[in-house]
Amino acid sequence: MWDWVKIIAFGVIALFAAIAANFARDLAYQVHALIIMAVSAGMFIWSVRSAGEAKPAVETGYMDGVVRYGVIATTFWGLAGFLVGTFIAFQLAFPALNFEFLQGYGNFGRLRPLHTSAVIFAFGGNALIATSFYIVQRTSAVRLWGGNLAWFVFWGYNLFIVLAATGYLMGATQSKEYAEPEWYVDLWLTIVWVAYLLVFLGTILKRKEPHIYVANWFFLSFIVTIAMLHIVNNLVVPVSIFGSRSVQVMAGVQDAMTQWWYGHNAVGFFLTAGFLGMMYYFVPKQAERPVYSYKLSIIHFWALIFLYIWAGPHHLHYTALPDWASTLGMVFSIILWMPSWGGMINGLMTLSGAWDKLRTDPVIRMMVISIGFYGMSTFEGPMMSIRAVNSLSHYTDWTIGHVHSGALGWNGMITFGALYFLTPRLWNRDGLYSLRLVSWHFWLATIGIVLYAASMWVTGIMEGLMWREVDANGFLVNTFADTVAAKFPMYVARGMGGVLYLLGALIMTYNLWMTAFGKKMPNAAAVPAE
Amino acid sequence: MTTRNDKKEVETTGHSWDGIEEYNNPLPRWWVWVFYATIVWGLWYTVAYPAWPGIKSATAGYLGFSTRGQVEEQIDAVNASNADVIAALETADLATLSEDDALHGFAVNMGSSVFKANCVQCHGSGAAGAKGYPALIDDDWIWGGRIDEIAWTVRNGIRNESSWDARGYGGVMPSFADTFSDEEIVATVAYVRAISGQDADAALAEEGAVLFADNCASCHGDAGTGSLMNTRAFEDPEYVVADGEMTGAPNLTDAIWLYGGSEEAITETLIEGRAGVMPAWGIEYRPGFGLTDAEINAVAAYVHQLGGGQ
Repeated sequence: MWDWVKIIAFGVIALFAAIAANFARDLAYQVHALIIMAVSAGMFIWSVRSAGEAKPAVETGYMDGVVRYGVIATTFWGLAGFLVGTFIAFQLAFPALNFEFLQGYGNFGRLRPLHTSAVIFAFGGNALIATSFYIVQRTSAVRLWGGNLAWFVFWGYNLFIVLAATGYLMGATQSKEYAEPEWYVDLWLTIVWVAYLLVFLGTILKRKEPHIYVANWFFLSFIVTIAMLHIVNNLVVPVSIFGSRSVQVMAGVQDAMTQWWYGHNAVGFFLTAGFLGMMYYFVPKQAERPVYSYKLSIIHFWALIFLYIWAGPHHLHYTALPDWASTLGMVFSIILWMPSWGGMINGLMTLSGAWDKLRTDPVIRMMVISIGFYGMSTFEGPMMSIRAVNSLSHYTDWTIGHVHSGALGWNGMITFGALYFLTPRLWNRDGLYSLRLVSWHFWLATIGIVLYAASMWVTGIMEGLMWREVDANGFLVNTFADTVAAKFPMYVARGMGGVLYLLGALIMTYNLWMTAFGKKMPNAAAVPAE
Repeated sequence: MTTRNDKKEVETTGHSWDGIEEYNNPLPRWWVWVFYATIVWGLWYTVAYPAWPGIKSATAGYLGFSTRGQVEEQIDAVNASNADVIAALETADLATLSEDDALHGFAVNMGSSVFKANCVQCHGSGAAGAKGYPALIDDDWIWGGRIDEIAWTVRNGIRNESSWDARGYGGVMPSFADTFSDEEIVATVAYVRAISGQDADAALAEEGAVLFADNCASCHGDAGTGSLMNTRAFEDPEYVVADGEMTGAPNLTDAIWLYGGSEEAITETLIEGRAGVMPAWGIEYRPGFGLTDAEINAVAAYVHQLGGGQ
């Protein structure tokens, strides 16, 4: 029966996708319809061929296959995102790299959203899905709920990424930062995300532990809030059912406010809450120490999620946004400082009594520096939300530097730590292929981040000061092009930082590959859940 | 099953997930106090600044701050301190402006700022121009290089549809694609390159000379030295416009090229024709965004002293 439902569903989807491709009004929509047609046709054939076959007995251990795929996808998308990022950094330094033959597909404007989405949603999102699936099973002591639904989440999410990324290159974008995908891609993500919520929540509900572990609070808050943000910020009316264009429901300053309510909480719940969930599992596991303070984890969790959601207006200081809203955004951002640091304290203090491991274990070192960058970014953020500071920093490269010390330092490093933790365990190896290579990765990435952040601080503050510089009579001193020219050396330094970071990630990929697929080492005993 | 942390004498909560336990450490005191401090500061800030929304408006805050007010205050302060000198500049006689050091210096500073905000997008930060956008630092003036002529060009622009006084009105470099055969275009290009002292096929150039005399000389002059526009004719009723004068046709014998002096560029000019446009910057032509009289005088003074002013 279920086989028939699947066969009919995939057949119908393939048929409708073919019709959509035929009537497509623009290239991106047509290519996407063809991708969907190919995927569903493949699934249709596979369903027909496997129809009536005896189903394998339900496995009882932890469901780690999907996590293994997640680890591979995270590594792959990480490399892709870092590579594009490094390339567009050099495009900014050397505009000639916007090659004539790439115009319309590979110029900075098309590649920039590809880079941000690749690192945030493809690299970060796959990392979050994989680690949350791994962690929720271990800390609930049960297999993932929902059978193959977890596989649907993984493949569905990665299909979303492919649709989003190819769409950017062909110009299908809503022009909303971090929410660029067009309406049908958004609808697809909504379906995938609801499935993700079901798998996660189902697993928690059938848990064998009396309490829900703190990492799972953070993951759950991340999944629920992202669903809400995604739906509200993507309220649009499609121009045509056969085209990728759409019109925003909200307009003007309402649209701007919705966008930055979304944008800031994408940082808050995707890149902060979700990754804190990772931190709360992998740091105590790797350090083999108890979490420092249960009380702190409760207080800072509730304070963080309550306060974060109001902080968005600080992205719109000195704009058409009313002053009262911008004041509230700033006030909530400042009060958010300590709740953010609660996670840093809990992470770092968990290591107290195990500081010697910093010398011996490069994976711990990676996690510690990640927490350090988390603390720095969550101090820098509230500071930049202050109106007077923002009047200098806004629209400058300081913002870019801030984002990257968070993304490369915090999100990147904690994810690398998690990948180093997971790979030997998921592929039943005794340990990593090489700890020396982890050390190399650590130093390359750290120096890369320092180059990146420092050059962006210098160039950001410099251009902010140059923009506002006036002479004794109150007349402008610099042109915009003067500031662009003055930034050149720092742009090159930033690109070099990106090269180092990318190099570190390549070394990691080799190390993980050799760990998982290299010469077989003696098997470690697998520990089943039940 | 609580265990003890041997150093700190702190108990765990007794929970254990996949081997992870949690200490029951209290909240760090400094953390709590800084958290409280930010909350107290935040409450004060919402009383001092616009913050609490009502149905139709929000509390204004006892400090009376607003972002728009802050910007206005800063602009008003600058305007007030410059009011006298700007009034003087508005009515200044441009011909004698450079004799008043104080006023001229101010005008150049102000003009430099106006230029940076409005003109650099086309003419470049250094005013060196680009293809299709004339350099303003040399003494090759298509539309007149006297300070009042520059002011006129800034106010009215070139070949635009906003100002009746725009320069070059109706006068363009036409396309010769239909007039000339391919061979004739090649010959004309060779001649133009020859008179500008560049490498060219002598036989072709000789052929081109005839074509030039018949088709181009009426605007660019028999020698190809151009016939630059100026406003002297408008000012002086006695002024007699000579034949071929006042067309705004550039000098083709020097090394200064508006659209490039390479074979490709001159060929393109001949085939496509050229009719560059500059917007009218006077505030009367672009209400709200244009330049005031004082700003026009200032930017004219600035451009005039860049090197080529006449």
